[in-house]
Amino acid sequence: MRKFSFHPCGNYHENYAQELNIFETDFGRVCLGIFLTLLFFVAPFVVSPYMLYILNTIGIAAIAAIGLNILIGYTGQISLGHGAFFGVGAYAAAIMATRLGVGFYIAIPVAGIITALVGMIIGIPSGRLKGLYLTIATLAGQFIIEYVLIQWDSLTKGTMGITLPAPQIMNWQISGDKAFFFLIFVSLVLMTWFAVNIMRSKYGRAFIAIRDNDRAAEGMGIPIFKYKLLSFGISSFYAGFAGALWAYYMVSITTEPFNLGLSVEYIAMVIIGGMGNIPGAIFGATFITLLNEFLRFLTGVLMNVGAITSLGLNMAPLKEFVFGLVIVLFILIEPKGLAEIWRIIRSSFRLWPFSY
Amino acid sequence: MEFFLQLLVNGVCVGLLYGISAMGFVMIFKSSSVLNFAHGELLALGAFFFLSLVTWAKLPIIVAFILTLIGCFILGFLIERFFLRPLIGEKLIFVIMLTVGLAAMFKGFILLIWGGNLYTYPEFLPEAMGLKFGSIYIAPVYSATLIISVIFLVLFGLFFKKSAQGIYMRSVADNQKAALSLGVHVRRVFALSWAIAALVASMSGIVLGIINGVNVHDLSSIGLKVFPVVILGGLDSIGGAIIGGIIIGVLETFTGGYLSPSLRDVVPYIVLVFILMVKPYGLFGLVEIERV
Amino acid sequence: MGEILLQLNNISVVYSDVIQVLKGVSLSVEKNHIVSLLGSNGAGKTTTLKAISGLLKPENGEVTEGTILYNGVNIQNQAPEFITRQGIIQVLEGRQPFKYLTIEENLRVGTATRFGKPYKQDLELVYNYFPALVQRRKSLAGYCSGGELQMLVIGRALMAHPQLLLLDEPSLGLAPLVVQEIFRIIKKINEEQEATIILVEQNARMALQVAHYGYVMENGKIMMEATAKELSDNPDIKEFYLGMAASGIAKSYKDVKSYRRRKRWL
Repeated sequence: MRKFSFHPCGNYHENYAQELNIFETDFGRVCLGIFLTLLFFVAPFVVSPYMLYILNTIGIAAIAAIGLNILIGYTGQISLGHGAFFGVGAYAAAIMATRLGVGFYIAIPVAGIITALVGMIIGIPSGRLKGLYLTIATLAGQFIIEYVLIQWDSLTKGTMGITLPAPQIMNWQISGDKAFFFLIFVSLVLMTWFAVNIMRSKYGRAFIAIRDNDRAAEGMGIPIFKYKLLSFGISSFYAGFAGALWAYYMVSITTEPFNLGLSVEYIAMVIIGGMGNIPGAIFGATFITLLNEFLRFLTGVLMNVGAITSLGLNMAPLKEFVFGLVIVLFILIEPKGLAEIWRIIRSSFRLWPFSY
Repeated sequence: MEFFLQLLVNGVCVGLLYGISAMGFVMIFKSSSVLNFAHGELLALGAFFFLSLVTWAKLPIIVAFILTLIGCFILGFLIERFFLRPLIGEKLIFVIMLTVGLAAMFKGFILLIWGGNLYTYPEFLPEAMGLKFGSIYIAPVYSATLIISVIFLVLFGLFFKKSAQGIYMRSVADNQKAALSLGVHVRRVFALSWAIAALVASMSGIVLGIINGVNVHDLSSIGLKVFPVVILGGLDSIGGAIIGGIIIGVLETFTGGYLSPSLRDVVPYIVLVFILMVKPYGLFGLVEIERV
Repeated sequence: MGEILLQLNNISVVYSDVIQVLKGVSLSVEKNHIVSLLGSNGAGKTTTLKAISGLLKPENGEVTEGTILYNGVNIQNQAPEFITRQGIIQVLEGRQPFKYLTIEENLRVGTATRFGKPYKQDLELVYNYFPALVQRRKSLAGYCSGGELQMLVIGRALMAHPQLLLLDEPSLGLAPLVVQEIFRIIKKINEEQEATIILVEQNARMALQVAHYGYVMENGKIMMEATAKELSDNPDIKEFYLGMAASGIAKSYKDVKSYRRRKRWL
């Protein structure tokens, strides 16, 4: 019987393994267990289909945001092309499913890998460019990918869009929000687990070293170009994977949503959630998705109130305005994001009543 | 041949527009190293202010023009004061995302007030300003653009070379610490550069509005077109911005004319990637003077 | 004793809230004097100057204790824009020219504290002190030699009509003849422009020749203060800073047991 550990009143680590522990106490482990149990065995059966739809959207966004956080938050490379990477994943899965007829369990991971390759190609300038020059290069990548998706008619059917078959495993068809809920959230848990663990490995430490000072990292013998490419690769794998899930979930896709706005939305998730923090990416994805839904709901309500229809119509851009405002406020007031707020709340509970 | 010449002339005209749109962007980058993603929205704000003053308030063109410039000058000043000053010394991504957030706010604001429709200004440029060389025709707006951009280049050149404030601005860009030690008001320089940039942006917004009509989506996408232009010209060179603009403009019209119209919009970005790979500081960026 | 222009009372400076660099420094500067600050690298000389000129703030430093009185006004932790307008101008260590500005434009930046006032006469004045700058007035500062740049940055500070000039290592990396020239001019500026000067130097011999008074700093504290004459006669100063044995004969470098004996001052 293992001993239950409580929070020590200081840092009493005796070896590196302890330092690298994900959970400091068993209490955290138990909490996560309870949360996952509730998520998988209770949530899908009690909430309304609409709520389930929102949860699924959050799950997909969270996968992409975690990937982007690996690139921005941990490796310090800014990418404005993640919206396009998401689209590449979606189209890769759609094309594989319709043209080659492969199952979703192959199509989704392979879509991720294809996106990873595309991401690494877009990441090649990172060998020479840093900071804002790299940002502009990824911006160019975004536009070029968008162009290719629209213009490569023979493959992507251009603006017509592609309709995907329902994913099928053996004779069991995955359709409907509930079935997708399990597919998406099992993926999310796996991807989170992978991300948390890669950050504790040699690769994660190399990423962080590059973020903090790439010249010093190079001096320490880290081949920075290789690691930067790897980071681009992993990060776009996440984006592609999420895109593929999204394509199956939405059933039919067009090129329209994968624009610069989507890239910006993902960066906003990372910043609002907290850079360099994996749970933070999930918070950020939740926040932005809920904000979008709320604003859509608000617009809908205003439009339905007959008397002020014209006003309601004019409220649609409010979404854009509020979105910008939220980003600006977070950067000015809490640049460490929701993860920091969550940490403060948690530690004030833990330290109560002597919270200083 | 005639087709070629007409394309060339069109390209130069469009390019000049890109060039003057990029000037304000370069101003901000030059003094405070901020990459302004909200530049397109600044253009749009200027164009819409002018539109309101001309069509709703029915002011004379000149008065409306001057009021717009003054308004945008103040706006730029306020933006720096309230949004960018707290971020001095912060990480690059925060500064970039702040301007992205501002872009969304401005765009939302414009859509809330004016909506996404296409407006046009009343005609006010005399037809006589149009130029005709043989069969090649330059529309009045384009010759006006040419005149305006030359005037602004000269004005900026004089401002930065001769006026004390201009020299202070360059000194801050050059060596911020030394500038501080001599009592240059660095924060005031940042504020001033935003104010001037917003002023220039509003002016280019009006010119763009005269040519293409005033539409928030078009104008904000010009803000993104600025990136290839300034990378080509060097992020810190105002003259380079004009030349970069002309190159991009010509490239676009030629691609549109000879290859395919759909490739037209993406060509600048393809060129951008190549330039970044070969010459990261652009064609006219300052060569780093390094002394060890 | 003449009128006191600047007084530091027991100041402490802390960088980034943790690194304490100055640990209670007090010094006073008389009007129209040249005061020189001596000391080894890392003793806190430059930090002292920055505390006076307000340039600590951009480097995340702060005066945590003590007061700095200038003409009776409290100036610690004020913004550099304010302090420079009181007439305190610092010439930074390592000559920091504006590389992409011409010599003349560099000089014009010096007028920032007197924005809008005529400056032509001051240009003449600077060119009088430093005739070498005249022929290079149109060339970029980035391409000038070290000596010219040192003249440039001192001249640039002169453009501001300083009452108190803080010079940080003006002899750094310059040839001996140039150093002599610079010091001659510093002396001249002090006499003709009635500028009070605080001089931080490694070249103690030159510094003590022009200075009226000197302070020796070590580890963020003042270890010794005396008139320049007394300092240059002090046997320890002779040995450690002027490179002479007590007898006044230049000593072989290997005989100097510098570090251990220096501690004696503690």
